[in-house]
Amino acid sequence: MSRIQTTFDKLKQHQRKALIPFFTAGDPNPALTVPLLHALVEAGADIIELGVPFSDPMADGPTIQRASERALKHHVGLHHVLDMVAEFRRSDAETPIVLMGYGNPIEAMGWETFARRCAEVGVDGVLTVDFPPEESHEAFAHLTKHGIDPIFLIAPTSSDARVELVARQARGYVYYVSLKGVTGAGHLDLAAIEAKIPQLRKHIQLPIGIGFGIRDAATALAVAKLSDGVVVGSRIVQEIEDSTEQNVVANVSKLVRELRQAVDQA
Amino acid sequence: MYDYPDKNGHFGPYGGIYVAETLMGALDELNQAYEKYRHDPEFIAELNYDLKHYVGRPSPIYHARHLSEHLGGAQIYLKREDLNHTGAHKVNNTVGQALLAKRMGKKRVIAETGAGQHGVATATVAARYGMECVVYMGAVVPVESGSRTLKDALNEAMRDWVTNIENTFYIIGTVAGPHPYPMMVRDFNAIVGKEAVVQMPELAGRQPDAVIACVGGGSNAMGVFYSYIDMPGVKLIGVEAGGRGVSSGEHAAPLTTNSPVGVLHGNKTYLMQDENGQIIETHSISAGLDYPGVGPEHAWLKDSGRAEYVAINDDEALRAFHDLCHFEGIIPALESSHALAHAMKIAPTMGKDKVLLVNLSGRGDKDINTVAHLSGITL
Repeated sequence: MSRIQTTFDKLKQHQRKALIPFFTAGDPNPALTVPLLHALVEAGADIIELGVPFSDPMADGPTIQRASERALKHHVGLHHVLDMVAEFRRSDAETPIVLMGYGNPIEAMGWETFARRCAEVGVDGVLTVDFPPEESHEAFAHLTKHGIDPIFLIAPTSSDARVELVARQARGYVYYVSLKGVTGAGHLDLAAIEAKIPQLRKHIQLPIGIGFGIRDAATALAVAKLSDGVVVGSRIVQEIEDSTEQNVVANVSKLVRELRQAVDQA
Repeated sequence: MYDYPDKNGHFGPYGGIYVAETLMGALDELNQAYEKYRHDPEFIAELNYDLKHYVGRPSPIYHARHLSEHLGGAQIYLKREDLNHTGAHKVNNTVGQALLAKRMGKKRVIAETGAGQHGVATATVAARYGMECVVYMGAVVPVESGSRTLKDALNEAMRDWVTNIENTFYIIGTVAGPHPYPMMVRDFNAIVGKEAVVQMPELAGRQPDAVIACVGGGSNAMGVFYSYIDMPGVKLIGVEAGGRGVSSGEHAAPLTTNSPVGVLHGNKTYLMQDENGQIIETHSISAGLDYPGVGPEHAWLKDSGRAEYVAINDDEALRAFHDLCHFEGIIPALESSHALAHAMKIAPTMGKDKVLLVNLSGRGDKDINTVAHLSGITL
């Protein structure tokens, strides 16, 4: 059983919802990535989505793009990110790590090498933003062969047929993008999310996480009520950007603790 | 018979639909609309009417006699896309996509632009069909991120599209992007080659020995190549931007330099990148060719051996620009000057009975200041 499934099973037993923070590896500084991972776990993260920096993050808004730029200034590449996960795993054998990013750095490494390395260092899931089910069949076969869960996005504009297509290939959990646009944009339409969930549940047996546009405890709570997990990305990355290297770990911990408390009220 | 792409937009291993799920619904909608209208007689009639009366087609082919005599070899013919309304081949595609947008009920169009020609061609047709229009370009809507090249303009346009997907049609200006764009942009530009196939026998008495076109994303090249793909006697030569020389690393020539294959802007193709798969900065004197990737169909034509790809450096393109002004009184775009420079390079090595067709994809008025600056001329 994968660490992701174990985590969701445990949460379900305790009737809790998953808190899934995201930040970009290497931001603001590669030396802070592993300390941040541990701090997130301590503050209440159930699963962590770790961003792999990319030069052209087309599906992201300016906040996460700037995080990529900061990491790339330190020349953080995919193999560094894998090394960081290996280091994290030395003192945390339980918390699932999902790598999130764009396909080209993986294409450059080669999918088989990447999948093998993921298994070696203890990555649990991979979300490749620009590889929809149509293009990912062959690539993701390497992942499942090594026991890595391919995580897929579903959008408000995804048709019934597309939800079904994703449901057939997804493992771990499914990430529902709660608004149209790029990461960190706009305001949540909770009624629209609520209306969409039954369509997703019809096809998807896996847990459903919801992300994009969750900015505070109140929105985290509202979204937690509708889903199995809450993904918070841009808000955390914003906190990193607004902090100094000295207080970033403390500031991010405080934010995630607040989000944890909110999610636990769901 | 050449029959690419397949129904999922693949040209051999290239092309495809590499975008976030948030765009897939819009691409499905576009695919269906394009399949519905591409063979629709009313759509074709409206397109042809505007290509004739608004764009000014057919564009002539011109025998550059004076230049050819000077070079003393093959005869150079120019397909005069520079004479189109808005001064480049780009308008062939924007008219087509805007008419499609109109049928899909989209009231707002967006575009990216490198050299500005696609931006102008989009804004022009938006006015013509009464649509709201936003153009992303380094200097128009300043692109806040990156090095302000065509690549960054494309990123910004994609972000706009995903945010405003219900009322917005993204008019991509080149044969890149996710399926169906590479196919659709090629189809709308294929009028260039269709005309040339008829015009060349009339003017030159036969088809050319080679067709030469510049390649950034590669839309003008695909347009002129497409009707010639099934004529094996006609060589197809794509000319990339060699910048400061392909060995300098400062260029935009992914095909010529055999760059690794990767995924960017919705398709798989040859891509200039570092060992970590990060896209690297490109350089060219010509903004329209300054792009790290290339349309997936060109990647396929290279691999299949049907077309060959070469690079022309900044200084060679600049010389060709001056030469065409000097010998023929025609100001070529710096992009098109790359194609012309290659023709001028090989013409002297060929017999006087040989024929080269160069796609003169745009006019060079927009480049006058750049050229003056580089040539030490004060205007």
